[in-house]
Amino acid sequence: MNHLRRLFRITQVDRPVLLAITRRLSSKVPSEPTWKEVHESKLPKPTKIDQDTIAHLERLALVDFANKEGIRRLEAAIRFADQMFLVDTTGVEPMDSVLEDRELYLRDDKVTEGNCKDDILRNAGKVVEDYFVAPPGNIPLPKKEEYDS
Amino acid sequence: MASSAQKLCVLRIFLNSRRSFCTCDRFYAKAKTKKQSARTLPGDWEGRVGLEIHAQISSNSKLFSGSQVQFSAPPNSLVSPLDASLPGTLPVLNRRCVEAGVLTALALNCHINRRSLFDRKHYFYADLPAGYQITQQRLPLAVNGHLTFDVYDESRSQRQVLKSCQVRIKQLQLEQDSGKSLHDQENGEVLVDLNRAGVALMEIVTEPDMVDGAEAAAMVKELQLILQSLRTCDGNMSEGSMRVDANISVSRSGEELGTRAEVKNINSAKFVQKAIEYEMQRQIQVLEGAGEVEEETRYFDWKAGKTISLRDKEQRHDYRYMPEPNLPPLILYTDTTSPRGMEDAVVNIDRIREQMRELPDATRRRLVEEYGIQFQHSVALVGEGLVEYFESLVDVKGKGRDPRSATSWVLTDLLEELHKRSLTFLECPITASKLGEIMDLVAVGTISKSTGKKILGLQFDGDNRHLSQIIEENQWAQIRDEETLGRICEDILEKHPELVDAYRKGNKKVVNRLMGKVQKATNKCADPAVTSRLLKQKLEGH
Repeated sequence: MNHLRRLFRITQVDRPVLLAITRRLSSKVPSEPTWKEVHESKLPKPTKIDQDTIAHLERLALVDFANKEGIRRLEAAIRFADQMFLVDTTGVEPMDSVLEDRELYLRDDKVTEGNCKDDILRNAGKVVEDYFVAPPGNIPLPKKEEYDS
Repeated sequence: MASSAQKLCVLRIFLNSRRSFCTCDRFYAKAKTKKQSARTLPGDWEGRVGLEIHAQISSNSKLFSGSQVQFSAPPNSLVSPLDASLPGTLPVLNRRCVEAGVLTALALNCHINRRSLFDRKHYFYADLPAGYQITQQRLPLAVNGHLTFDVYDESRSQRQVLKSCQVRIKQLQLEQDSGKSLHDQENGEVLVDLNRAGVALMEIVTEPDMVDGAEAAAMVKELQLILQSLRTCDGNMSEGSMRVDANISVSRSGEELGTRAEVKNINSAKFVQKAIEYEMQRQIQVLEGAGEVEEETRYFDWKAGKTISLRDKEQRHDYRYMPEPNLPPLILYTDTTSPRGMEDAVVNIDRIREQMRELPDATRRRLVEEYGIQFQHSVALVGEGLVEYFESLVDVKGKGRDPRSATSWVLTDLLEELHKRSLTFLECPITASKLGEIMDLVAVGTISKSTGKKILGLQFDGDNRHLSQIIEENQWAQIRDEETLGRICEDILEKHPELVDAYRKGNKKVVNRLMGKVQKATNKCADPAVTSRLLKQKLEGH
């Protein structure tokens, strides 16, 4: 915000007023809408989701959406994301994260933390002799027919 | 330009002959047992085994957090907020773990990736608080290595090398360990201890190059020795610092590889062999009964010696691998690429290669060359971790004791005393110098070998007296004086005229019985060589 400081020194105006002025002068928001409708023919074929995928997703996300409205929404979301295929990515390496140009910092092998058992266990719902308590194993979800009835 | 068909032929011949590796450059004798590489599987069934080994890196702190690594500490006392995956924490990589990974990869002849990436592997389990494990799936630390090891013939009392094998290492990667969960069946709950969560593991994945349990067990043993000699892992399978999962399949010879089953919960190298043998037999039975082998995970029940299927996994895990966004790529340097002024902060592969200690294979050969002991003794010394003890016993400055008798003392007598008292070598109360004193007295002739063994036993039980004191008080000094011995021999011969007669009639073996009687009379203190000579003299002379 260097330009702000310079302007502040030049004009004798309050800071909030100054912010409002500079935003209008160098705003990042375009003055006209740049939204373009994409023609259906340019997009790849619409994806149809089968029952297995729906059951799999329900189990992973623990969200009930296997009704007509839920599936329609999911397909619409995928259709919206299909627009990404319009971008030409030949010769461009996929990005992992914004940190990929940096290097991983390596720390020394010293003990610097730990020994805070009470802090760690403070949020636990149930504690037995300093152990966290969890329900047994991986409980398989009942099949759809079983919980619909 | 070979055609593709020709290339396939060459490939098949290469793969078939790779297993019967002829190690002509090795100078030890191969076994000439009658049951030469006995087929353990019936008919024309062939087995294939691949191993996934998780080795816990011995470091002071964990892979991504600064909490301590210690076996058996009070529950949840070595847990930092990152290990408990509390929000607002970020992983920071530990340099020692990277160095340990690189060192192990160099020892396994791997190609080290200068740039490797971290990923998240998602699955739900109570001991994985974050819901994902940070591992390296796309670009692991090292790939394409190999490990050469020998399979020994355990059926004979003296170990001989049955065959030499080489297994390809697919990759070596760094990953996080999960916590420990204790299943409380009565109350229907799981108790979770996160002390182990976040500890650094090296995952070593091999190609399915091994054919049976014996090869796999030998490979695991060799890997344990390598890791212990590098000091990157203590290789203690019973404590869980090294875990082995086996992928086992069977197929008829010539056909494609069969469906594999994964076996977990294997607690020692011995059980590796048992689990694989059982699983192969089970799969053969299923296939011969016209069934199909399911691709599943089975648990090895070591008490029953069987593998048990876990039925509650209906689907295979969808791990949803994704790049770890909080960790940039890990860059490793060499001498040529190392940035100046930052040598301490980065990992330099060449520096690490220089620091590599002697590997077990090199140690075995060196012991044979330097000390002239037999190869099988060298194998036993390295296998039991006795090399330092042996070397200090032999190499005492100025003394230079006989290596062969040193091996005999260490491998036979010392181990026998330890075994009698159910002690491990780490709990041995006798230092190399103490054993050396006894050895010296026996070598000079002050006491006989059997007296030496008796004294060793006494020292094991806590006798702290000086050696000469023990010998004097018990009158165990070896009798070598010809006159005294002569008189005792005469005595014995007079008492047993029947044995003298037997000797005269041609039965030379009675000398041993007479020797036994002389030893009994002198409380095992008679010098065997002198006694036997005198006895024979007197028997001839009489």
